[in-house]
Amino acid sequence: MQFLKLVLRNALRHRLRTVLTLLGLVVAILSFGLLQTVVDAWYAGAAGAAPTRLVTRNAVSLVFHLPLSYRDQIRAVDGVRAVSHATWFAGIYQDPKNFFPQFAIEPRTYFAMYPEYLVIPEEFTAFLRDRKGAVIGRKIADTYHLTVGDALPLRGTIYQGTWEFTVRAIYDGIDTKTDTSQMFFHWEYLNETMKKRAGRQTDQVGVYLVDVTDIDRVAEVSRAIDALFKNSLAETLTETERAFQIGFVKQTEALVIAIRIVSYVVIVIILAVMANTMAMTARERLSEYATLKVLGFSPGYVAALIVGESVAIAVIGAAAGITLTFPVADWFAAKVGTIFPVFEVSGETVVLQIVCAIGVGMIAAAVPGRRAATVKIVEGLRTVG
Amino acid sequence: MNETAAPPLLIDIRNVAKSYRRGGQIVPVLTDITLEVRKGDFLGLMGPSGSGKSTLLNLIAGIDKPDAGEILFDGVDITRLSETELADWRAGTVGFIFQFYNLIPVLTAFENVELPLTLTRLTRRERREHVEAALELVGLSDRMTHYPSELSGGQQQRVAIARAIIADPRLIVADEPTGDLDRHSAEEVLTLMDRLNTDLGKTIVMVTHDRRAADQAHAIMYLDKGELSTAADVHERSLR
Repeated sequence: MQFLKLVLRNALRHRLRTVLTLLGLVVAILSFGLLQTVVDAWYAGAAGAAPTRLVTRNAVSLVFHLPLSYRDQIRAVDGVRAVSHATWFAGIYQDPKNFFPQFAIEPRTYFAMYPEYLVIPEEFTAFLRDRKGAVIGRKIADTYHLTVGDALPLRGTIYQGTWEFTVRAIYDGIDTKTDTSQMFFHWEYLNETMKKRAGRQTDQVGVYLVDVTDIDRVAEVSRAIDALFKNSLAETLTETERAFQIGFVKQTEALVIAIRIVSYVVIVIILAVMANTMAMTARERLSEYATLKVLGFSPGYVAALIVGESVAIAVIGAAAGITLTFPVADWFAAKVGTIFPVFEVSGETVVLQIVCAIGVGMIAAAVPGRRAATVKIVEGLRTVG
Repeated sequence: MNETAAPPLLIDIRNVAKSYRRGGQIVPVLTDITLEVRKGDFLGLMGPSGSGKSTLLNLIAGIDKPDAGEILFDGVDITRLSETELADWRAGTVGFIFQFYNLIPVLTAFENVELPLTLTRLTRRERREHVEAALELVGLSDRMTHYPSELSGGQQQRVAIARAIIADPRLIVADEPTGDLDRHSAEEVLTLMDRLNTDLGKTIVMVTHDRRAADQAHAIMYLDKGELSTAADVHERSLR
């Protein structure tokens, strides 16, 4: 009781110094949390991938498509439960900064393969009936204030011209980690339009999505699919959906690593600030610590007073920083719109924030704590606080 | 004149030497000090600055160790105790009064006095009773909730005296207890110390520059250049 009283009163002794240190801690813990969340957001696609889903793409590059005829051959591979396909559209909605992914899909098989996308059955039926219909994620609907029935014109970049769509359904995610920043429309509409326009780029799909019956057969099925098209004009590369997503992240890995490093640099900076504060504090109170030792308190007790004070400040700062992380992350997510499909502060991030804060508190107090514990009483009594 | 048996020996300092290292040089502070203090004595240590008074006091109080010699406290050589054993010994045996009071600023008068008792097994209620009694003794019952910064120098020193006696120590060491006080406060403190010695039978060793303070002691010893220049008969003076 006496210990806690001393720790807390000491922590509040120099209020301005404590408040400034706390402010630094709050900013550091908040920044760390946000940067970690940005990194998590980068990997969100991979994290949400199902282990039994495979992606088959052109072995040369994603830029090159695959013939529609592959669909039936892939479906016939032993171990394949279902096949669907998706084609990257890359249209612009009003302004290039309004980015969200758009895919031309085979609706029935695609939505059957992605049960995490929840669509109201009536809306889905309406989408199936409308060749120019589109299904958009809740995040798109909220960001651009779109509702069912609204027109959604896109300016094509790969497929030139203006493409008119009508929002027929809005899908929600089965949980907060599900990406609801995508738009889906009929591949038939894309294919038929392209046939009319040029006759090129027809009966082609971007990637095949393959659902495997058994997770243990994923590798075997991947090999079997690629073997099917070996030495063909369009050889395939089949990998798990997770590996496929990570492949995208890898392209920007240097940036992710930089963000991760910066997040830890922030912690190191606040550690230096905190260590300086605690060193000053302990130096000023050396004679008090010597007095405590004179009275019979152990060196360990004296060191614990300093560590306790440092950890108390760190924990208070962390609590405030973590509390602020959530609303700031929400604000940030709203500001960046659909650039990050999922921008959510994870439990792991909060745990990391707590661990970093306690670590900062303990490490910052290590040297001054040791000094106060080991300094000779006579020397300590001679110092003037 | 009646023959009275001498009180038993409490502190027996034998051939103690102490030196400090300063800038690569060894500076002797105490050389071959031999001194006896009996139970109930009130010993004043005087001498010029740097003569080694505080060093000797620190050795007696077990907060420093000599380079040579023995310090027997009630027959136990405290120079042979480990740091942990010394800390326990100090907590139960010695009360300290410092020149600058050395109170903990974030604790009230009550909490400062209570501090040594938190190392004992006393209950909260027992601690409260002891602290109230000690503060009553030093005349500060009405200042229990005051922080050191809210007290005068004399009052702070009285709180420090209450803290020094709270664990009922057998020895009280005081290092210039009146050095930072005005005349009136110094007299109050000295009167209090005299009561501790005469009424409570506490053995006191006090370092002072102040002749009036030293006059409160039953015996005065002079330290100069690390040597006890006059070995007064403490017991004989105490009987006078």
